[in-house]
Amino acid sequence: MKRVYIYKMFERFWHWSQASLIIFLALTGFEVHGTIEIFGFDQAVRFHRFSSYALLILITFSIFWHFTTGEWKQYIPSTKKLKSQLHYYISGIFKGEKHPTHKSELSKLNPLQKLVYLGFKVVLIPVVVISGILYMNYKTIDQNDIIVISEIPLNTIAVLHTLGAFLLISFLVVHVYMTTTGTTPTSNIKAMITGYEEIEHETDHKIDNQKEK
Amino acid sequence: MNKKILIVITLVITVLVLVNVLHEEKTENLQLIELKQKFLTKSVPSVDHSKLLPLQKKFNSPQEVTEACLTCHTESHKEIMQSSHWNWERVAYIEGRGITELGKKNLLNNFCIGASSNEQSCAKCHIGFGMTDDHFDFNNAKNVDCMVCHDNSEEYQKGSSLAGYPDRNVNLTKVAQSVGNPNRGTCGYCHFNGGGGNNVKHGDLEQAISETDKEVDVHMGVNGMDMSCVDCHTAENHQIKGRLYSVSSENNNRAYCEDCHTNLPHFDDMLNRHTSKVACQTCHIPIYAKVNSTKMAWYWSEAGKLKDGKPYQEEDKEGNHDYMSIKGRFVWEKNVKPDYIWFNGTADHYIVGDTIKTIPVEMNKLYGSHDDDNSKIIPVKIHVGDQIYDKKYNTLIQPKLFSPEKGDSAYWQDFDWNLAAEAGMKRIGQPYSGEYGFVKTKMYWPLNHMVSTKENSVQCNECHTREDDGRLAKLTGFYLPGRDRNFTLDYIGGLLFIISLFGVLIHGFVRAFLVIKRNKYEVQIINNEE
Repeated sequence: MKRVYIYKMFERFWHWSQASLIIFLALTGFEVHGTIEIFGFDQAVRFHRFSSYALLILITFSIFWHFTTGEWKQYIPSTKKLKSQLHYYISGIFKGEKHPTHKSELSKLNPLQKLVYLGFKVVLIPVVVISGILYMNYKTIDQNDIIVISEIPLNTIAVLHTLGAFLLISFLVVHVYMTTTGTTPTSNIKAMITGYEEIEHETDHKIDNQKEK
Repeated sequence: MNKKILIVITLVITVLVLVNVLHEEKTENLQLIELKQKFLTKSVPSVDHSKLLPLQKKFNSPQEVTEACLTCHTESHKEIMQSSHWNWERVAYIEGRGITELGKKNLLNNFCIGASSNEQSCAKCHIGFGMTDDHFDFNNAKNVDCMVCHDNSEEYQKGSSLAGYPDRNVNLTKVAQSVGNPNRGTCGYCHFNGGGGNNVKHGDLEQAISETDKEVDVHMGVNGMDMSCVDCHTAENHQIKGRLYSVSSENNNRAYCEDCHTNLPHFDDMLNRHTSKVACQTCHIPIYAKVNSTKMAWYWSEAGKLKDGKPYQEEDKEGNHDYMSIKGRFVWEKNVKPDYIWFNGTADHYIVGDTIKTIPVEMNKLYGSHDDDNSKIIPVKIHVGDQIYDKKYNTLIQPKLFSPEKGDSAYWQDFDWNLAAEAGMKRIGQPYSGEYGFVKTKMYWPLNHMVSTKENSVQCNECHTREDDGRLAKLTGFYLPGRDRNFTLDYIGGLLFIISLFGVLIHGFVRAFLVIKRNKYEVQIINNEE
């Protein structure tokens, strides 16, 4: 067992603030959608708008962080061990088998995570964000009384935004559950809080890697 | 050390942002204060008409008053004689008809139907003297009635069925010496009482508005700004701003709320975003007919029942006539929630001679749709009913209703629809087949008055709701957040969420179960080894 520093300060801040914003946006968003009732329609609209600004700022910072630190490379997808990772979640995990991939500072995501998170970052979030920005500015007037957007039907924008929202909350459920599949059920969450994670057989893992090469 | 500073900075920023977002500051609305100041000072006339020489005499006829007016206001009659208040018609371009002359002369409505052949009575609301029939001389300046609009003494009244002449008891000298700007009383004299009684037609314009409080009308309330009609309906050369679409057709010369309040009147950006598609009135006139009831339906087909050979009338709980032998059955309502339509400021009307195309017959058709950039959602009163039509020619009939005495084919005297139809249609030069029936009708009255205080305006969730009684529930054809959704997407999305939830729960339970079982097994092995 070795204590490894995996999640950096900004990464943790980004993760948790994004998580809380997305949950809050989901609650207020589904209230605007008419599914639930918590704050009242007008407050829900107001909160949804303010938290969407916050999320936009956060996303801007995180994009900057990903590129300046080179962390974006973590998300380059690979098919290597993808099958065995999938196989592990479907059956290996029940038999008490070991994880087919190992975490390290340089490679903190398994191939399945890489693929899912990449999709999350380059498809899901952009769809929700862009449709959200269009929604926010739809058929509206700015200070000069010019109609900003009117060519795309609001229905299309709203449907895309809602679709993204459903995918996000489903992702959230699975994502939260998957955190319990670490070395111990709470080790992943602890790591995302402290930054450090107990990782076993790191040396073995390195040897494995060298063998493969 | 570095981290601690960072954490502190982040926390401080978060707290500051939250305080800023959640704290609502009471800001003074400068725009409103400016407007209030503008309308605070009532203009003092520069002329006291009671001191003018031409008015120091006893007037024997109202025409003499008009002549006296014209000695100073030498050209005013020319302006008046170009107005629709005088001509009872105006020229308009109507899509599908082209350039059309229309007005009270040739339009029908679903209240008292039409003025033609009933001028003797209907001319009570014409700004002229002596309109007894269709031979009225619209070029005779002496017949212009200045007093009905400019009387400031509350003395002036037009006589009942006197073809527009004043009541015989009116002291014309007193009226002539009092004249000034029109006020709520003079405008209301006709506009409150159209259709034969208070608040019959409009629903948002009635006698109560003359002396009311802010709760009824935020502009005219005497405990508020106490504004007059002409503060908004300004006029230049007697051409008055504002349109009523029971007789108007064109999108021009309208009086808008935005003229004073601009199209970005709210502090809240979210509310301002509504103004490109939602008229001010839609949110700010949550109910109409706040004080007295208004007529919502008029069924002419039930007219003509007599008791002992005599006409009679009945009253409803509120004291409104709900049946009159001469007019039929009515439905009155108070505190009515408006209906909502898309409207772009243009309209068409049923003009005498038109063939009936739809049932109910739309007495006025207000154009507009969501996809039209000039259209906004507006609140309207919809007045329904049925009225006489020609079964063979499929046209609405102008019946002769009024006559001072029996035996003149007038329905209100003789109760014979056939005679009334024949006489009325003959007068307007339209054919009548002799076969009449009753057809359903519908008329739209845009609501612009009885503006509520902002506290009482329509709330977000009254439209943005899935409930069937939402204010915009019937206005379909566009996506309204909070009301509309894609059912397939909501179904599949909800299903996906539930499957994910149950999926991970089952996965988790199985895992936990197997871990416990395996641990027991391992413990057994260890025990066995020992």
